[in-house]
Amino acid sequence: MSASPAVEGWFTTGPEPALLGSRCTTCSTVYFPPTPADRAGFCRNPACDGEEFETAELSRRGTVWSYTDAQYQPPAPYVARTDPYEPFALAAVELAEGITVLGQVADGYGVKDLKVGAEVELVVEPLDDERSIWRWKPVTELGEESDQ
Amino acid sequence: MSASDVAVLGVGMHPWGKWGRPFTEYGVVAARAALEDAGIDWQSVDLVVGGETVRNGYGGYVAGATFAQALGWNGARVATSYAACATGAQALDTARARILAGLSEVALVVGADTTPKGFLAPNAGERWDDPDWLRFRLLGMTNPAYFALYARRRMDLYGATPEDFAAVKVKNARHGLENPNARYRKEVSVDDVLSSAVVSDPLHLLDICATSDGAAAVVVSSTEYARKLGIEDPVRINAISTVTPTFPNTVLDMPNISTDCSGGREPDRTFKESIAHAAYEEAGIGPQDVSVAEVYDLSTALELDWMEDLALCQRGEAESLLRAGETTIGGHIPVNPSGGLACFGEAVPAQALAQVCEVTWQLRGQATGRQVEGAKVGITANQGLFGHGSSVILSR
Repeated sequence: MSASPAVEGWFTTGPEPALLGSRCTTCSTVYFPPTPADRAGFCRNPACDGEEFETAELSRRGTVWSYTDAQYQPPAPYVARTDPYEPFALAAVELAEGITVLGQVADGYGVKDLKVGAEVELVVEPLDDERSIWRWKPVTELGEESDQ
Repeated sequence: MSASDVAVLGVGMHPWGKWGRPFTEYGVVAARAALEDAGIDWQSVDLVVGGETVRNGYGGYVAGATFAQALGWNGARVATSYAACATGAQALDTARARILAGLSEVALVVGADTTPKGFLAPNAGERWDDPDWLRFRLLGMTNPAYFALYARRRMDLYGATPEDFAAVKVKNARHGLENPNARYRKEVSVDDVLSSAVVSDPLHLLDICATSDGAAAVVVSSTEYARKLGIEDPVRINAISTVTPTFPNTVLDMPNISTDCSGGREPDRTFKESIAHAAYEEAGIGPQDVSVAEVYDLSTALELDWMEDLALCQRGEAESLLRAGETTIGGHIPVNPSGGLACFGEAVPAQALAQVCEVTWQLRGQATGRQVEGAKVGITANQGLFGHGSSVILSR
């Protein structure tokens, strides 16, 4: 994949991609999206006045908090990937860190493949010709593959 | 009844619709209706608070001064509020604070909006550091998609069905039939909802509220001033909650891409629960005292969430109350007797005030065709973008 991350520093793109958060070095609270490197960061825990952060890879797997799809083409600045528009699914996923992160669902999967509490895994797929994006892919147990 | 109550002297609205005219016009119509209802003239008002909408697309922003000028400069003090969907309540809170401080005597609070067609979308331009822009650009995450996430949770966790969601629309459509300010006044069947297009699974087009033009206005004063006018038993505002979330906010809120990190310690209350809790605390009452509720049904399923956030029932029990007809007028706890957003559509800076108008009419026994008999205490609730939300408790 030659595309670069849609937002630099938000996720890794290796064989085991992961979201990148910012961890407060004072109270250890993790944030996603991360604090931009060129900007001052202030910990948003009201009991902490930390201003130093380190990059933290977030869990690659999580459980589905909820899910839906976009059956109508969203308005700009959304850019449709196909013409005519093809609906895609979205999921909010709870990670072990206690943070819920939205994402589109991996290509080829829809709401029928999801359930609140089901396990999903982070993958990186093309957003457009130039950019890549994180997506949530249902974790299929061995033996279920043949059902698809 | 307490020393921190203020009196609602008058309420008024401009009917909701898609009129396509300047918002100022709607605001003035609503303001004049509220002044007439209060029986006072504009010259007596010494404070104007305007609800502002932060969305471009038309010349000028809605602000207190816009309305003050349109009504004719009368030298009143002016304030402007922005709190997304809670704008009207925050404006009302500003008026209440100055009245209780003895700094103002009679306040006119106005919210009005002219809305664009279709999905609410962010401003134009490339803004890679703006989360509201990014949720569309990166994810195609529209407002209805957030509503759909909440709806789906009800299905997977509590066994709600699309028929339940449709039943909320059927109920609210029936409630709003006789409401002269409602935009949609037509019976809707469960089949109508289920056969309308799915926008974001599991929500259909008729599960989701429209955006509307409209205006609402409220005239408030001290209870002492009301007595001087000969109003011995006015509707009183007992509480206005405009609390912000408490860290960590672990429920995904529009327009965010993520939540705070719980770090394993879940907060005592969700943001929406805390909005209502603060209102109950301030009013010194509990959910068992409430006779009528106006809640923000941006989607049908969201009305069910609100019933639980307001502690009108336990978590997961809203569907059983709905199915038993308890949230219909005539039931144990009628919800959205006005017809709610289902019949109005959303006119953001006016909507929280519209809720207050409806509860006022209910408590006065003036809600013709939709009256909740014997209503004594009413509560409103809404949540908007960027950590805003409100709940107002009124009684008589």
